[in-house]
Amino acid sequence: MFTNEMNVSFSAISENEIFARLCVTGFVSCLDPDLEDLNDIKTSVSEAVTNSIIHGYENCEGIVYINCKISDRKIIIQIEDRGKGIKDIKKAMEPLYTSKPFFERAGMGFTVMEAFMDKVEVFSKEGEGTRVLMEKTI
Amino acid sequence: MNLKVELLNDILVATFSGDIDHHSSTLIRQGIDREFLSKGGRHIIFDFKNVTFMDSAGIGVIIGRYKNTKYKSGRCFAVNVSESILRIFKLSGLSTIIESADSLDDAVEKIRGQR
Repeated sequence: MFTNEMNVSFSAISENEIFARLCVTGFVSCLDPDLEDLNDIKTSVSEAVTNSIIHGYENCEGIVYINCKISDRKIIIQIEDRGKGIKDIKKAMEPLYTSKPFFERAGMGFTVMEAFMDKVEVFSKEGEGTRVLMEKTI
Repeated sequence: MNLKVELLNDILVATFSGDIDHHSSTLIRQGIDREFLSKGGRHIIFDFKNVTFMDSAGIGVIIGRYKNTKYKSGRCFAVNVSESILRIFKLSGLSTIIESADSLDDAVEKIRGQR
């Protein structure tokens, strides 16, 4: 069975959104994914990392952690922050719901992740942080 | 991410290149609004020809600019939208409010001819 793992952490600043998605897509490229799968992963990582920066840390100082595992053809990505956490996960995941409408956020982040990945799970505790687990078999 | 903004009378043409994400969305928003509001823009055409990536931050940017055109009874077009970006358009419902055209010239013609 082919296995591979990668860990990366970086400052929670918007400049690092591009780094995060290129880092994960670079890591999974050993599976030779097609462009559509690669784009699905890239977009979902971008959504989760952006959520950590905007909502988890509310654009203040913090670190975003990414753990990525490959098991055969399955990719497991975990994106975590130690920010403020989510009070109501169910509500946060509703399409078009945003806690920040004045910033022109569309409220589509989790909807995009759920549409593009096979599985999305969110673990969060107020005051402690949030971890998003995503899986995709290619 | 680079943004080129051009005004053809009352039609603002916004040509992007690179990635549209939360980071670049601030620059896009400011760049378009400054020209649109100060120079008498009424319609907006987004040209996605050189866009390599867009996540949901792009949805917010487009809806915000769409609303600005509606205040002026203008129209809003997206042209040269790639397959991957079209999926975001469909998922978010953007494709139902943003008009499409075969090319930039076609969009300009549609606005001018009120088609």
